[in-house]
Amino acid sequence: MMIINPMKRLLMLVVLLVSQIAHSAPLMIEITESEMGALPIAVVPFGWQGGGQRPGEDVASIVDADLKRSGRFKTMPSKDMIAFPHTGAGVDFRDWKVLGMESLVVGQVKPNGVGGYIVRFQLFDVFKGEQLAGYSIPTTARDLRATAHHISDLIYEKLTGQRGAFATRVAYITAIAQPTGRRKIALQVADADGYHPQTIVTSTEPLMSPAWSPDGLKLAYVSFEKGRPSIFIQEVYTGKRQRVASFKGINGAPAWSPDGRKLALTLSKDGNPDIFILDLARRTLRPLTRHYAIDTEPAWSPDGRHIIWTSDRGGRPQIYRMPSGGGKAERITFEGKYNARASYSPDGKLITMVTQVGSDFRIGVLDLASFQLQVLSDGTLDESPSFAPNGSMVIYAIKVKGQAELAAVSVDGRVRQRLALQVGDVREPAWAPYSQ
Amino acid sequence: MKLKMIKFIPLMLAALLFVGCSTTEKKVEEAAPVSEAAGETHKDMERSTRGGEASTSGAKASSGWTGHPLDDPSKLTSTRVIHFDFDRSEIKPEYKAIVIAHGEYLAQHPSQTVVIEGHCDERGTREYNIALGERRANAVKSLLLVQGATPGQLTTISYGEEQPVAMGSNETAWAQNRRAVFAY
Repeated sequence: MMIINPMKRLLMLVVLLVSQIAHSAPLMIEITESEMGALPIAVVPFGWQGGGQRPGEDVASIVDADLKRSGRFKTMPSKDMIAFPHTGAGVDFRDWKVLGMESLVVGQVKPNGVGGYIVRFQLFDVFKGEQLAGYSIPTTARDLRATAHHISDLIYEKLTGQRGAFATRVAYITAIAQPTGRRKIALQVADADGYHPQTIVTSTEPLMSPAWSPDGLKLAYVSFEKGRPSIFIQEVYTGKRQRVASFKGINGAPAWSPDGRKLALTLSKDGNPDIFILDLARRTLRPLTRHYAIDTEPAWSPDGRHIIWTSDRGGRPQIYRMPSGGGKAERITFEGKYNARASYSPDGKLITMVTQVGSDFRIGVLDLASFQLQVLSDGTLDESPSFAPNGSMVIYAIKVKGQAELAAVSVDGRVRQRLALQVGDVREPAWAPYSQ
Repeated sequence: MKLKMIKFIPLMLAALLFVGCSTTEKKVEEAAPVSEAAGETHKDMERSTRGGEASTSGAKASSGWTGHPLDDPSKLTSTRVIHFDFDRSEIKPEYKAIVIAHGEYLAQHPSQTVVIEGHCDERGTREYNIALGERRANAVKSLLLVQGATPGQLTTISYGEEQPVAMGSNETAWAQNRRAVFAY
């Protein structure tokens, strides 16, 4: 049974999922708060139907990790299971009722005869003894992880009613020290759990602020490759790119409008940093803020009607809001002396930002209806929060022993994980929207 | 218990895109040759900066300097870095004389140009720090102009927290990284 002492807020349960592929990075999940309210689910290790080599990816572990890190599920360790069925016919629901499970996933992988696989899985409601979903999915060795994430999405949506975001991607910046003493900076794109990283830009000068276009096909970013900052827009899958802003001074903090036609950005060409709106088709530039203070880090509301941004016009950096067509600036953060780099949740009800707590910088979520601030992270130098496209999680950057890494937290703050991706610093994650 | 059959078209697409990506990397690197020269320059500037800092304390009594006058260790202009408080851009009293010395030198040598770099520590957000670094560079620039340097001699650039000189997440490292650099 899942009885957890509610007083025990810090249940540190570290699960190390060791991948069977040597080059893959380990993923660490920490359950940082009580799991009350999480749905108990058992994902039984999938069967292998076929002689010879088992596939290099363990589909059931990937699904288990996905569900667990969403914060919505409490998954059962396979060592606690008393039966290992691979098909519905082999399931005795009493086994799982006894163990307190509400949902059960069983499945198997078999070769498809042409070098690929067929993954079959079934999702059951344990109490009703009913199948909720069942699929047979053809895939390849290379796409097996992606298939596992799609299975997680199907299960997540069936059980929560909310679309899953496991089969999505993230962009981020890496910095690796070279033997020359110089650092190699790269813009990479990887699966949302940190696997399958691909480099799409490299430079010896800073790369910053990757931002996905709403269709998930382009990334805007800042590059210092010419010795000073410019903003580029690059097609993620073709590598084609164009420079869209290279004014005197700062060219920074690009943010796409929800319709993908405009870019809000920070320019200091007129003397100090202000927010401008760049119409990408017409190549026209419209100033949004005009203030002698710092105005930067713009983000659009999902309906495109508002821009929020960081300004120190009140003496310290705080978050302000303004109609995207221009108008009155309204301060929306009051708690804490440093609030910056805010962005909206996909439903527009929350914003996530960096907030100073004592001397630490952490990830906060502000409810725009109640103006309640919840601090989701517990680090000292947490930054760059970015919502998952379904709003269920926030990915962000942390510093651990001087090393920059990525972490993710469920939006209720209950489950945090570290994505130990690779050597070097990893920072500025941007969670991609659903691909269209 | 029937299994529904569904075709996983998104996966097939993903596979195609994946293939597209492997060629992407190459294309990008061709299309965007990174400015090696810029990197070189910056590194040299940093080196000269450090040299200036290091020699300040030990060699004050030296006379008959035969190198470049800006590098004369007996002059304040040999100091090329000044520091700031957290989230501040005012030039602290102890650094004013250094900035003034650079301003006077620039006023006396109108053909001499300088890049003023603004930098921050790792605390706070990256784009905000770009703005803060620019403010620091501009604070230096203003004081140089007051001394008679002309706008044409001065270029500012902010690197925010992107180019730390000291690693480590402690006040010693942060203090070193909150800086403006005179890069001649």
